[in-house]
Amino acid sequence: MFDPQALPLIFAALMGVSILLYVVLDGFDLGVGLLFPFAEEAERDRMIASIGPFWDANETWLVLAIGILLVAFPVAHGDILTALYLPVAVMLIGLILRGVAFEFRAKAPLGHKRPWDVAFWAGSLMTALAQGFMLGMYVMGLEWTWPKVAFALLTAGALAVAYSFIGAAWVILKTDGALQKKAVDWAQGGIWGMVLGMGAVSVATPLVSERIFDKWFRFPEIVALAPLPLMSGLLVALLWLALRRLPTANDSFAWFPFVGAVVLMVLGFFGMAYSFYPYIVPEQLTIWEAAAATESLSIILVGTLVVLPMILGYTVLAYVIFRGKATKLSYD
Amino acid sequence: MDTLLLSRIQFAANISFHILFPTITIALGWVLLFFKLRFNRTGERKWMDLYLFWVKVFALSFALGVVSGITMSFQFGTNWPGFMETVGNVAGPLLAYEVLTAFFLEAVFLGIMLFGASRVPGWLHTLATFLVAFGTTMSAFWILVLNSWMHTPVGHEVRDGVVFAVDWWAIIFNPSMPYRLSHMLLASGLTVAFLIAGLSAYRWLRGDRAAEVATGLRFGVILGAVLIPIQILAGDMHGLNTLEHQPAKVAAMEGNWETQGNVPLLLFALPDEETRSNAFEIGIPSMASVILKHDPAGVVPGLNDFVAEDGTVLHPPVSPVFWSFRIMVGIGMLMLVASWAGAWMLWRRGVEGLPKPYLWGLTGMSFAGWGATLAGWYTTEIGRQPWLVHGVLTVQDAVGDIASGMVLSTLIAYVAVYLALLAAYVGVIFHLARKGGRYSTPVASPGMQPAE
Repeated sequence: MFDPQALPLIFAALMGVSILLYVVLDGFDLGVGLLFPFAEEAERDRMIASIGPFWDANETWLVLAIGILLVAFPVAHGDILTALYLPVAVMLIGLILRGVAFEFRAKAPLGHKRPWDVAFWAGSLMTALAQGFMLGMYVMGLEWTWPKVAFALLTAGALAVAYSFIGAAWVILKTDGALQKKAVDWAQGGIWGMVLGMGAVSVATPLVSERIFDKWFRFPEIVALAPLPLMSGLLVALLWLALRRLPTANDSFAWFPFVGAVVLMVLGFFGMAYSFYPYIVPEQLTIWEAAAATESLSIILVGTLVVLPMILGYTVLAYVIFRGKATKLSYD
Repeated sequence: MDTLLLSRIQFAANISFHILFPTITIALGWVLLFFKLRFNRTGERKWMDLYLFWVKVFALSFALGVVSGITMSFQFGTNWPGFMETVGNVAGPLLAYEVLTAFFLEAVFLGIMLFGASRVPGWLHTLATFLVAFGTTMSAFWILVLNSWMHTPVGHEVRDGVVFAVDWWAIIFNPSMPYRLSHMLLASGLTVAFLIAGLSAYRWLRGDRAAEVATGLRFGVILGAVLIPIQILAGDMHGLNTLEHQPAKVAAMEGNWETQGNVPLLLFALPDEETRSNAFEIGIPSMASVILKHDPAGVVPGLNDFVAEDGTVLHPPVSPVFWSFRIMVGIGMLMLVASWAGAWMLWRRGVEGLPKPYLWGLTGMSFAGWGATLAGWYTTEIGRQPWLVHGVLTVQDAVGDIASGMVLSTLIAYVAVYLALLAAYVGVIFHLARKGGRYSTPVASPGMQPAE
């Protein structure tokens, strides 16, 4: 029904889109959790209110991404996840802690609110660090040697700061007053994590693999690809300038840091996708070698083509319903 | 301990913790929709109060279900890579359909259902409530399709050791799916019935006389009384289906060693796999034959049929299956007595006439559904051993090559987190019950006005 050669490519693209959506969407709510220690109690309530209706669905993109890896590339799924056994466990416990802390902090007896706030922060931190660590290990070809682990530790820290940047950008967008001012300060601090993380990955990826080095630095590709780093650099400069002028009197451009952060992440994502294509396990297994049977992929694709537009539709609906500045969360 | 055993314990710990929460949310979603519709129709305040109380329990349970479910999706790869490598062509699409048709639906509309009441029209809020309930049920459908296929695999062929799907219709409607799905959905209904009855009884005992408390109590007891006979029937049919497809499991459930007629229904026994016999048997003569074959002389297969010539045991471990089955049935019987006695007293004397010991008993049974559900799952899952996919793949061949120390350390971490969260969950639920109606505020928002 579908071209057997095209199917793995389509699923790799779908998985890429899911990962990108996850990093952007859960990125901002993880970032909000990371910023918790810097906020007052009332501000924390407002920050939670800004992500309350969204976080569940945001995390579902991770389930979809890992689900596609699981169902479309079963062999790679086993290889990658057994290699990343420990960071995956840390991330899962982190996700558990923050997910439940979200509910418990509002429903537990008042005296228990602080410990749950700490759990929310700690869970967000564990998740962000573990994801950054996995990113670094993936770039390094999933090999557990000291220099490579050291690099992964660097990307772990960088991703956590990058998440807090996009989290701060979200708070700028969704709040006003003193909290918004604070968030601008946080974003100014966080933007360097973004630059450091993207820079480290950009420099390290071609150095680890000759194949990737060639892909980027041979002529004429180098000319065609030049806009990617140039645009990223320009965007960082614009963000830096904007943050010095925010918040504006009439709240104009409050959207800019968030949109800028999203675009930066999209650019970085395309850079990585270009580097690693056609491999799914770096330098070991291509997407065609790892793909599941054609008939199984076909039946998933049929469902995906029908359902994914609906998912995107009602996700947009949710963001439209809860647009504007965050207000107190209430069930009635 | 070796990696295989540790990985099995870890998976068992994860999935046992996980299933507690879907068991609540699957049925509670529909119950919330019912409360909402009752309020829309009658405009009576108590229905909205019931909704507002139970939606909190729902949100909390849902969050725990989501985060423990994410863990499950990673466990396949981290600990059981052989599972997807062998049967991924069947399991993959089923899991994919679960994510696509259920997870996003639940997660997105949950946001609208929880926080959107004042932001969207009433009909959209009711629709969101419906879609959340529908999503949880779809999720149960797909995962039970996959689980049932692992017990009774059909519609596939094996080429070079890898399973390929041949007939999706046969895979989805595999022989044990209708029984397992109904059994689980009813279990969810009963769990919620006793949770609602139990917490309402607790509030009543504490002197909370809000209208919603009496209504909740009545609702829970009657729901339980209606569902339990259906569940007993569904469970019996499920057992007959298992006898047909997995006779070794039924033999272990009955503690029956020899293939014979007039098999007694054992109420108590200590099965011993060394001597291959039971100690301290107490049973009802011929009753197992009657239940399984509808004939006292009916021949029921025994465990000794499932030992290879060289002595290799091909049946599941007997004691855990035997006992978890009895715990499940025992709790079921207790539910039958409690709900029917309660329904009778409610009919004769009303909520005020319920004796205190009965109310305390109901409170104690708040989480009885969890016990029965877990015991039932242990029966069926341990009863499948040594197979992961019956006749296709053993657990031994699916386990990942991870250092046992690593599995042990993550196992300890998971169990510690789960125990703490379980204590917090039960504690907070009772805390909400103690706060009771005190947080209730007048219905103010336009989204919650009755439809008329």
